[in-house]
Amino acid sequence: MELFWYIVLMTMLAIYVILDGYDFGAGIIHLFFAKKEKDKKAITNAIGPFWDANEVWLIASGGVLFFAFPTLYASSFSGFYLPLIIILWLLIFRAIGLELRGQIHNKIWEAIWDKAFGIASLLLALFFGVALGNVVRGVNLGNVVDGVSTHEAHYFFLPLWNPSFSPHAEELGIIDWFTLLLGIIGVVALTIHGANWIIFKTNSDINEKLKKVIFNLNIVLVVLVILSLLVWHIIEPHPFHNFIDMPWLWIFPIITFTGLFGLFKVKSFKKHGIGFLFSTLFLFGGLTSTVASIFPKVLPSTNSINPDLTLYNVAADEYGLSVGVYWFAIAVVLVAIYMVIQYKVFKGKMDNVGYGEH
Amino acid sequence: MEDMLFYDRMQFAFTITFHYLFPQLTMGLSLMIVYFKWKFLRTNTLKYNEAAKFWMKIFALNFAMGVVTGIPMEFQFGTNWAKFSELTGGIIGQTLAMEGMFSFFLESSFLGLFLFGEKLLGHKLHFVTGFLVFLGSWASGYLIIATHSWMQYPVGYEILENGKFVLNNFGALFSNPWLLPSYLHNQAASLVTSSFVVAAIGAFYLLNNKHNEFGKLFLKTGVIFGLISSLLVAFPTGDLVAKNVAKHQPVTFAAMEGIFETEDGGSEIVLIGQPNMLEKKLDNKIAVPNILSFLTYQDWNAEIKGLNEFTKDVHPTNVPGLYYAYHIMVGLGTIFIGLMLIAVVQLFRKKLYKTKWILWFLMFMIPFPYIANTTGWYTAELGRQPWLVYNLLRTADGASPTVSSGNTLFTLLGFIGLYLLLGLLFLMLAGKIINKGPQLNNH
Ligand code: HDD
Ligand code: HEM
Ligand code: HEM
Repeated sequence: MELFWYIVLMTMLAIYVILDGYDFGAGIIHLFFAKKEKDKKAITNAIGPFWDANEVWLIASGGVLFFAFPTLYASSFSGFYLPLIIILWLLIFRAIGLELRGQIHNKIWEAIWDKAFGIASLLLALFFGVALGNVVRGVNLGNVVDGVSTHEAHYFFLPLWNPSFSPHAEELGIIDWFTLLLGIIGVVALTIHGANWIIFKTNSDINEKLKKVIFNLNIVLVVLVILSLLVWHIIEPHPFHNFIDMPWLWIFPIITFTGLFGLFKVKSFKKHGIGFLFSTLFLFGGLTSTVASIFPKVLPSTNSINPDLTLYNVAADEYGLSVGVYWFAIAVVLVAIYMVIQYKVFKGKMDNVGYGEH
Repeated sequence: MEDMLFYDRMQFAFTITFHYLFPQLTMGLSLMIVYFKWKFLRTNTLKYNEAAKFWMKIFALNFAMGVVTGIPMEFQFGTNWAKFSELTGGIIGQTLAMEGMFSFFLESSFLGLFLFGEKLLGHKLHFVTGFLVFLGSWASGYLIIATHSWMQYPVGYEILENGKFVLNNFGALFSNPWLLPSYLHNQAASLVTSSFVVAAIGAFYLLNNKHNEFGKLFLKTGVIFGLISSLLVAFPTGDLVAKNVAKHQPVTFAAMEGIFETEDGGSEIVLIGQPNMLEKKLDNKIAVPNILSFLTYQDWNAEIKGLNEFTKDVHPTNVPGLYYAYHIMVGLGTIFIGLMLIAVVQLFRKKLYKTKWILWFLMFMIPFPYIANTTGWYTAELGRQPWLVYNLLRTADGASPTVSSGNTLFTLLGFIGLYLLLGLLFLMLAGKIINKGPQLNNH
């Protein structure tokens, strides 16, 4: 039962990253590459009717985490207190930037909310990458000082950074050079992803330019991914042990690299959705490979006193998990139906949907 | 430790109070928009469609605020109330996860279609999407209140040795006797808010002599919905919730009503008075004998236990606050019924549109349903103190063990600043939409 909910949760999170990821990416493109009003409109149109539903995947994942793995929810949400609240503030800014921009036609008003939307998207992409970095690096569970736990074994608290920015320091921080590296990978990958979405859903003038952007960023991405693999053993001495024990897991890295290298052909794709498909593969593969590498841990402990949190020691009780399956099965079918309807109605190019015009 | 809890509580109270300003309008207004759209389909009169479209603009803005302030709520159980989440997550996580899966997806998927899809879908399907948005928001209210009801009156659980609450009866969460009365009361109250808002904007247009046709439509719809919902809030729903409190939380009930001493031969109902916590009595009291016993138990002489019969450690932490919150809610509820009754009588005498004082009165009533709703929630929440889960888990034992008060104060200040900005923007933009008004024949 725990394993079932673990797979559900990871799938939901992956869907969240893929869906809200293109929103974030579109925000970053909006910030750096959309200069003309028409292009900006095209971008906001392309995500307008979707972003809210995309964000629900985050809320729903949070709900499933809360219900199926309450101890993990409690431990990680209180331990990552500051970055989570900052993420909340950024989500608020991003959403009101999108929603309020079109309400008043005034250059300054529009400029302010354009920037709010773009910058918040950029920082969110960064923070989500950093978050992933924190999960694989692990935390000082129990806040151990000098070999003694100062809190219950599954609680901790991390400041935003420590003076040395090292993932090895005695006192860890949210941001160190390792988590920052993953954060930057997040930004680059989501920018590519967002650009692909814009190419897919609009006839905007910048599409040709975006293909070049994708190509160039993809080179950066390859370099960064290789770099991260080279330094990975610093935070985890045996990063591949799961893959050696369970060779079928190699499917995930293979998906990742298919996505990554497929994107180099971006300029020759005939159908517009293909690029988006490849960046989706990359995101999905990257996430699943990462969590597979630490499985069954969900939050490793960096000290030797308190045990890692694994999906087995943080789960809710058997009865609750089993009844959950019934309502969840119904809900998933409904959600799938909503999504099909939503994407059917707003199929094709969306330059003229008129988002935000009141 | 003490002040750490204080900031956690302040932050939760502040963010939830602010959040709930928006969903109450969302839930009520979605029903009224569906009504306008339905009227349009039936009568084919363009003004109903334009009315629906006008309110959709306000709705969209209001919904966006509800969403952005709702997401922090979902996170805060984990960030600020980690111990509570760890211990009860297996239970209240069920209903909260269901809310995400069943209602938020429904609402957010169809809201996009409802707002941008009129031309693509045609009117019938457009009506259906509106209806689904309404359904989603009411389902959301239901699941939230199911969560809340469990905290007031825990059912279907078992407590393990390590203090964890585990679920042993899923159905009990939904047959909780606390749930249905609370839900109906809350939904009626949200309809009060939307009716007052619609009526007030109608009055505003008439007084301004602008958009008169819509002014009349809004006013008429607003006062009719307003009268019905105000009545429903008091009876049967308010009555039922109060009986639940009297039965399951007698000490809370005594504090709400301001009853310090048990009276032989039936308790009086207090209309006015200030709780004096030093001398454990009510100052400047105006009260009517025996009414409370009758209202609660249909028996003029039924005994109602006074606060002084309970030991201090189970008293609600903030008795005066609870007492005032409750009396403000009930007082406003009475005024709402009176005002709407007069307005509806005038409507049927065909005088409402010209009775200036009622129009002014209605216009200035806009904040009061919000106040009544908020004080209603304060009644429920302050009444539950000092417990997080009534009688089982104390609030002091639910907070996050590792988050220091400095950090909580920092984020609380951040939320205050951010929400102040949100509130100002909301008022400004809603004002703009209202001032522009609905457009007839704009295509
Ligand atoms: C327009 C708003 C409004 C109005 C006019 C009233 N209420 Fe109310 N009341 C609410 C809005 C509300 C609420 C905000 O919706 C609450 C909070 C919890 C809930 O379910 O509903 C609530 C809670 C609430 C509670 C506490 C329940 C608990 O502890 O969980 C009681 C006892 C009453 N109400 C009783 C009444 C009575 C007897 C009223 C007589 C007129 C009344 N309310 C009018
Ligand atoms: C229905 C869903 C709700 C749930 C699950 C819920 C739960 C909680 C929790 C966990 C706390 C913190 C601990 C505490 O101080 O008691 C709290 C406090 C509080 N809530 Fe709620 N709440 C809900 C709805 C509301 C609403 C809609 C309002 C107001 C509009 C509200 C007003 C408050 C206030 C004022 C407090 C602080 C009370 C105090 O600290 O003395 N709540 N609630
Ligand atoms: C009386 C209490 C509450 C009611 C009736 C209520 C109802 C609603 C409704 C109808 C919405 C839809 C959007 C909107 O209205 O603007 C909403 C949004 C939201 N609420 Fe609340 N809520 C309450 C309290 C809470 C609490 C305690 C939480 C935290 C668990 C919460 C979490 C959320 C979230 C995350 C959203 C955003 C959903 C989205 O993206 O569509 N709400 N709420």
